[in-house]
Amino acid sequence: MELTRMTAAELSAALTSREVSATEVTRAHLDRIAAVDDRVHAFLHVAADSALEQARDIDARRHHGENLSPLAGVPVAVKDVFATKGLPTTCGSRILEGWHPPYDATIVQRLKQSGAIILGKTNMDEFAMGSSTENSAYGTSHNPWDLDKIPGGSSGGSSAAVAAYEAPLAIGTDTGGSIRQPAAVCGIVGTKPTYGGSSRYGVVAFASSLDTPGPFGRTVLDAALLHEAMSGHDPMDSTSIDAPVPPVVAAAREADVSGMRIGVVAELGGEGYQPGVLARFAESVELLESLGAKVTEVSCPHFRYALPAYYLIAPSECSSNLARFDAMRYGLRVGDDGTRDAEEVMALTREQGFGAEVKRRIILGTYALSSGYYDAYYGKAQQVRTLIIRDFDAAFGQVDVLVSPATPTTAFRIGERADDPMAMYLADLATIPSDLAGNAAISVPCGLADEDGLPVGLQVMAPAMADDRLYRVAAAAEAAFTRRWGHPLLAEAKGL
Amino acid sequence: MTETLIPFAEAIERYEPVIGLETHVELGTRTKMFCGCVTTFGAEPNSQTCPVCLGLPGSLPVVNRTAIEYTIRIGLALNCTIAEWCRFARKNYFYPDMPKNFQISQYDEPLCTDGYLDVEVNGKTVRVGIERVHLEEDTGKSLHVGGATGRIHGAEYSLVDYNRAGIPLVEIVTRPVTGTGEDAPVAARLYVTELRDLLRSLGVSDVRMEEGSLRCDVNTSLAPPGAPWGTRTETKNVNSLRSVERAVEFEIERQAAVLDAGGRVIQETRHLHEDTGTTTSGRSKEEAQDYRYFPEPDLVPVAPPRDWVEQIRASLPEAPAKVRARLRAEWNVSALEMDAIVNAGALDLVVQTVAAGASPADARKWWLGELSRRAHDTGTELTALPITPAQVARIAELVAAGTLNDRLARDVIDAVLAGEGDPDAIVEARGLAVVSDEGALTAAVDEAIAANPEVAAKIRDGKIAAAGVLVGAVMKATRGKADAARVRELILERLT
Repeated sequence: MELTRMTAAELSAALTSREVSATEVTRAHLDRIAAVDDRVHAFLHVAADSALEQARDIDARRHHGENLSPLAGVPVAVKDVFATKGLPTTCGSRILEGWHPPYDATIVQRLKQSGAIILGKTNMDEFAMGSSTENSAYGTSHNPWDLDKIPGGSSGGSSAAVAAYEAPLAIGTDTGGSIRQPAAVCGIVGTKPTYGGSSRYGVVAFASSLDTPGPFGRTVLDAALLHEAMSGHDPMDSTSIDAPVPPVVAAAREADVSGMRIGVVAELGGEGYQPGVLARFAESVELLESLGAKVTEVSCPHFRYALPAYYLIAPSECSSNLARFDAMRYGLRVGDDGTRDAEEVMALTREQGFGAEVKRRIILGTYALSSGYYDAYYGKAQQVRTLIIRDFDAAFGQVDVLVSPATPTTAFRIGERADDPMAMYLADLATIPSDLAGNAAISVPCGLADEDGLPVGLQVMAPAMADDRLYRVAAAAEAAFTRRWGHPLLAEAKGL
Repeated sequence: MTETLIPFAEAIERYEPVIGLETHVELGTRTKMFCGCVTTFGAEPNSQTCPVCLGLPGSLPVVNRTAIEYTIRIGLALNCTIAEWCRFARKNYFYPDMPKNFQISQYDEPLCTDGYLDVEVNGKTVRVGIERVHLEEDTGKSLHVGGATGRIHGAEYSLVDYNRAGIPLVEIVTRPVTGTGEDAPVAARLYVTELRDLLRSLGVSDVRMEEGSLRCDVNTSLAPPGAPWGTRTETKNVNSLRSVERAVEFEIERQAAVLDAGGRVIQETRHLHEDTGTTTSGRSKEEAQDYRYFPEPDLVPVAPPRDWVEQIRASLPEAPAKVRARLRAEWNVSALEMDAIVNAGALDLVVQTVAAGASPADARKWWLGELSRRAHDTGTELTALPITPAQVARIAELVAAGTLNDRLARDVIDAVLAGEGDPDAIVEARGLAVVSDEGALTAAVDEAIAANPEVAAKIRDGKIAAAGVLVGAVMKATRGKADAARVRELILERLT
């Protein structure tokens, strides 16, 4: 079997039994990247040398009989928002061009320790602001289903890399849907873990109270394997939860929903959702019911305010988080010709270094936090956030998980929404509530929309630190769908 | 620009001053507020930094527990209420010495509130209300090179040292202090003095104004008696106790002149010039900077458990004011004499010397006299002299016993400071004891009389004052080891 077509679980088994070497696996993926990435543009930086070096090290250790972890030798693509020692880290922005962090993000460090091979850094919307990678300063990534379509965003490089078989696994970050939306539109699996379940240390901040690193995989089990390897308490992140990682891998293997109570969120559907998306979602619900789940409809009345609240909270935090990019210590510096003072150099650098969407959000956030406006905007948005948390609490009092379409539409055409921020923001309509509440959610492929033949994602949401429920439900749906289709959904992708 | 001033006495006749003080104290924790970097003063620039205190993208703060404990100690010693729950907030503004371009501080939820500190001012107790005590991180230090003022404007270039960035800083804010009238400048100085002594006794800071570990901003306003409070100015850059007093004094004289001329005091920041004791206008606060405070999303709230707070309370030392009152009674010294001891930084040393057996008078005499001079000459702190209170007590004892006279005692001190050992060993080794053999003394006196016939004749003629010359000769002959009083007696016995 072609190495790049194998799942992470299959690669893990083949590596453990020494049927293949980490070097062979890594080379195969580097070759695949070389073959297709000029069309997909998933990667901003391919770390071929260090990846092969890592692979040789793993092979040597395995040769000496060392007991290695399941991901040892399995390649992983890393969103360019994670600090990687010695590798460029741009966040898709000009302002960080040339910056090589002197340290690894905790998650990158953990992946390296578990023996995962860091293949390279993937494209993203600048500072994770966007739903298409069109806001990257380094060009747009393309959807492997249809190269004229967006791969989702902001973690679109990671989703495209996995869907194009350039990497079996990838990590991304989800602030308003930036893992689940790209997973949905690329027909793969993506999880936003519980906030605090995966470390933010070394993740360049967009909105600190929302940013959540999480895994991408082509199967639910693969995502679970990566989820387990990357998660857990980190003393370097004060908001990290000091508790064991939920048993996500075991849940993915069990894949049993009989007796589970599943709530369909009334507010996430209907107007604004593509008919093909709604049709696949309805089928998914029927499928879960047929597998023994008890399905009811649940109302979360404040979800309709989630989007506006998000677009006050996230820009407010970003306006402060992005203040450090001032040309003084690292990254781009513009206008330092000896005639200008520090303030002018800061202003010129930020003017030229940031793209339009980042500037828009910095301005929005600066305004929302201003004295005299704070209560009406940031303060009010935080109140809405509390109401949304209460909606979730009430819902999870009745059901074990909630479900909805992951996105209102399938992948849209590159350029289609580039000049319409509001249309772009709507891509995150269904994913934002979980970010605001800090609980866990997953997107799993549930079929193709009739209108365009593009993949649709089923979103499952669970209470904080009940991430295992996501995998139980997603794995059950995945197994049933795969039986019905006769093959994994991604086999139908025809873009490459 | 030269300011018009009204003489202080006149100003005070027409206006009542209101003062307020904001004091910043660098805590003496071993490591910084939000990372593990050490805080040693005077290290090589930028050698005590890491991704966190440099604010590198992706890095996150973790609160230093000792800094919280020290702040609670300060709060309790200032009779404050300790918050059961409080948060850090971001104070946003751009400046090159601020690595993140926001400072992690506290805003509307400080750790300690509503306390007071009693200060003795010219025999009266002034109760200075403490509004709040909060914790924040220090900024880096800018060095502006070129230009006349040492400020950023006009400088050719600037250097930044981030060793100081992230050192825990406590801000202690008083309520407005009213009713001190002409004592306002002195009251301001004595408040800072009392606060400094209190902080030193708590062991939370080395409180060295000259090294910037204690810094003061002084607010002053004037209004005619009975009128509402006037507009205040905030004088920054106040780096000595004397300057605190002068800053208030100068602002009273300056503001009185403005008001006398029918003008309006502008709410502004003013800079104190240590050399002249004058202040000049800094940036105007009328267009107050908007710091866009909001709760720090990277940190969880601080909720100090009550039993911990009570443990800290139980461990507080006796307040310096109480210690001084007790010792004044025990030692029978005046308030002025006690001030002299405290101002010399000799209180602990005198206490320990008395405990080692010296009389309070002797202990004071040696520490404030000879030893203070030595410290001053060598530019060291009294506490840093290589002599122990026990050694000083022993020297005092040898003098009291007649074994040493003051001159010999000074030689012994020199020897101790030179590292020659304990006083007894030095007396023994150098043969420094007073000559008490009458026969030897008488012989020396006779020799001196024979060698100075003219002087002897004068004394015989009744000019007893001339005896000093002969005493000097005897002392020289005995190399200072004679008891000068006895020598004088012997001379007079022989010649009158």
